[in-house]
Amino acid sequence: MVIRILILRAPGTNCDEETARALREVGAEACIVHTNKLLSNEVDLFSYHGLVLPGGFSYGDRVRAGAIWASKLKSRLMEKLMEYALNGNPILGICNGFQALIELGVLPFTRRTDLNPKAALAPNISSKFEARWVYLKCHSNTCIFTRYIDVNEVPRMPVAHSEGRFILGEGLSGEELSKRGQVVFKYVKANGAPANSEYPFNPNGSMFDIAGICNEDGNVLGLMPHPERAVYDWQLPDYTSVRRYSGHADGWRIFKSMIEYIEEEIR
Amino acid sequence: MASKMLSFKVRVEVWLKEGLVDAEGKTVEEALNDLGYRVSSSRVGKVYEFVIKAGDEEEAKRLVNEMCTRLLANPVKDKFIYEVKKIGVQ
Repeated sequence: MVIRILILRAPGTNCDEETARALREVGAEACIVHTNKLLSNEVDLFSYHGLVLPGGFSYGDRVRAGAIWASKLKSRLMEKLMEYALNGNPILGICNGFQALIELGVLPFTRRTDLNPKAALAPNISSKFEARWVYLKCHSNTCIFTRYIDVNEVPRMPVAHSEGRFILGEGLSGEELSKRGQVVFKYVKANGAPANSEYPFNPNGSMFDIAGICNEDGNVLGLMPHPERAVYDWQLPDYTSVRRYSGHADGWRIFKSMIEYIEEEIR
Repeated sequence: MASKMLSFKVRVEVWLKEGLVDAEGKTVEEALNDLGYRVSSSRVGKVYEFVIKAGDEEEAKRLVNEMCTRLLANPVKDKFIYEVKKIGVQ
């Protein structure tokens, strides 16, 4: 059976093609579908096993990064989207897609009735657009997207954003998220030591060096780094000097995990 | 409800909360200093203006507050202020 993944395109998303290629690389049928087609019910979300909100600048980042995309989905698709998420279907938000999931209120918590955002991705402390490779450490054993990433490894992926500083709303603590296994990726130094907010290892000033979080059930992941830009080893910045890689780079493993989860749990 | 609707002119200001880096504010400040002005504490916010229909001023304010928390601002990182002014009866 073919695993079908819907990549949600919006005016201004610009990572849809790379994301589709990454998913095809792990054997999925990746379909890029415009947000309007989903809103008009021309395309049914439930005919796909998984959903990806790719990176870019949806709706020109008007109002705030991800805000308009989220409000479009909120207005006509919220119930369906919640049902989809609570059903266990994997949802991945990359960069702008992460910002949209936060604005939607699906992250950090899917199981709640109040859909106002409980977190935000604020402007980077450096006040710059940060486009660089970062080192990450996986801190969750409940997230379904990290089945192929060992907690002792230091995967590398590039970031490219100006609003990636993760902050939590009042009354919520990072420790609490962490305890529940919802802190999936933290920025670290090359040797795997904590970044402790140190720039440029933590590129944006995120609290607790958070690079990516998942919901309570582990099936919705949002992250600022771009796994779709780290699928092949020849995409690595030191590929020509090191040449000790074996075909794939670390981002590939996120997509591989997603597909394996669908094979085992969903269909 | 048979009561007539009133029109209100609305002005909303959205600012990044204190303590968060305002990159645009910093850039503007630097540029103004380049031009020789001794500028500090520069912040850049957004202003939204629109007209809304509501039964009374209280309802208009309630709706605007809702709009701010649902779309115009993310209360986790933004603060907002607004004013509503009656402009007519329809």
